[in-house]
Amino acid sequence: MSKPLIGVILGAVLGAIDGLTAWFTPAVRDQLFGIVFGSTIKGIIAGVAIGFFARKFHSLPIGILFGVIVGAILAWLVAFMQGGYYFQIILPGTLVGLIVGFATQKYGTPATAN
Amino acid sequence: MRWLSDDKLNHLRSVVSQPDFSATKYTFVKELGRGGMGVVCLAEDRELDRLVALKVINTPEITDDLRNRMIREAQIIARLEHPGIVPVHDVGTLPDGRIFYAMKYVRGSRLDEYAAQGASLRDRLRKFQAVCDAVAFAHAHGVIHRDLKPQNIMIGSFGEVLVLDWGVAKIRDDPRSSAAYQTGDGTVIGTQNYMSPEQARGEVDQVDERADIYSLGAVLAFLLKDQPKVSKATHAIASKATATAKESRYTSASDLSADIGRLLDAEPVSAYRENAFERTSRWVGKNRFLILLVLAYLLMRIFLIFTSRR
Repeated sequence: MSKPLIGVILGAVLGAIDGLTAWFTPAVRDQLFGIVFGSTIKGIIAGVAIGFFARKFHSLPIGILFGVIVGAILAWLVAFMQGGYYFQIILPGTLVGLIVGFATQKYGTPATAN
Repeated sequence: MRWLSDDKLNHLRSVVSQPDFSATKYTFVKELGRGGMGVVCLAEDRELDRLVALKVINTPEITDDLRNRMIREAQIIARLEHPGIVPVHDVGTLPDGRIFYAMKYVRGSRLDEYAAQGASLRDRLRKFQAVCDAVAFAHAHGVIHRDLKPQNIMIGSFGEVLVLDWGVAKIRDDPRSSAAYQTGDGTVIGTQNYMSPEQARGEVDQVDERADIYSLGAVLAFLLKDQPKVSKATHAIASKATATAKESRYTSASDLSADIGRLLDAEPVSAYRENAFERTSRWVGKNRFLILLVLAYLLMRIFLIFTSRR
């Protein structure tokens, strides 16, 4: 399995879980579908970016750092558009980036040299 | 009349028994070891200003057959250009007619010494895999070592692995390499604890690549014997390699090497069928950091759910 594909799958799954946890916040429960959809798309975007990065750069610490940065930036954008819940959105988003960064460095087929 | 002391007499004896390199470009430094038919010396190559290991025939009677064997051994090693096989630099004749050949001088320790120094199981398996690769290369070139044992494997000071002593090697499909030519029919060659059953029975025609695989399995068993935590899969690899029936062993040294590689990568090995629990444990062991990360993520999620509800 290629690294970007691992990133997409993991990003989508963790993003969806991330969105589903909004159910526990009654204030936003009625927007659950939109949150899950948006969160999944955010996870996929992060996964693709981190996966392609892992294909180019083979370094676990740099891959994790890149994942954390991408996860944090995307989560901050979402929180900014929401106009609130910064902590509740940025913290999990950053951790998802970390996990995807780790997984794409550790697993998946590296790009073949031309 | 003065009598010589024992020390002086011993010194004189050792000097007399030293090979005479005077007509060569080598200067004797010291003796490194003695085998069944030869002595290995450390010598200095004066032209290239480097140390080399010289193997010289050292038997009371030097027959043409012995001389041919020595040249053949040098030719065998010379044709095996591989990082895991000690290279031959030169072949020559001493003034007394004895054949010698010069090899790379490997600084380091033998595999048994390396194991005794407390190398980890993982390191031992990595070195063992390198030995399998070197032997697989030799097999691909039609050469069967026939005397693989920890004493014939060197670990260099930079961790490089070198297979030594190809003196009793057999070349497949070589008429000069018949049993009679090399050892005499029925002659047992090899080392007791590392020798395949067919080799121990003296069935020279039955000895093929799988005899080396048996020896490799015995070397692996040696590397495992003082290790406290060895998985069933690791033992199964050694058992498959040392199966009494050669048909039950690995078909090639590459297959054995591949199984060791899978073991090191925490993947299932061909020699062992694991149950569901073992499969799960192996997967958890291999992915424990990722599992910890996901658990940390879920814990953080639970924490956020509780804090946002207050």
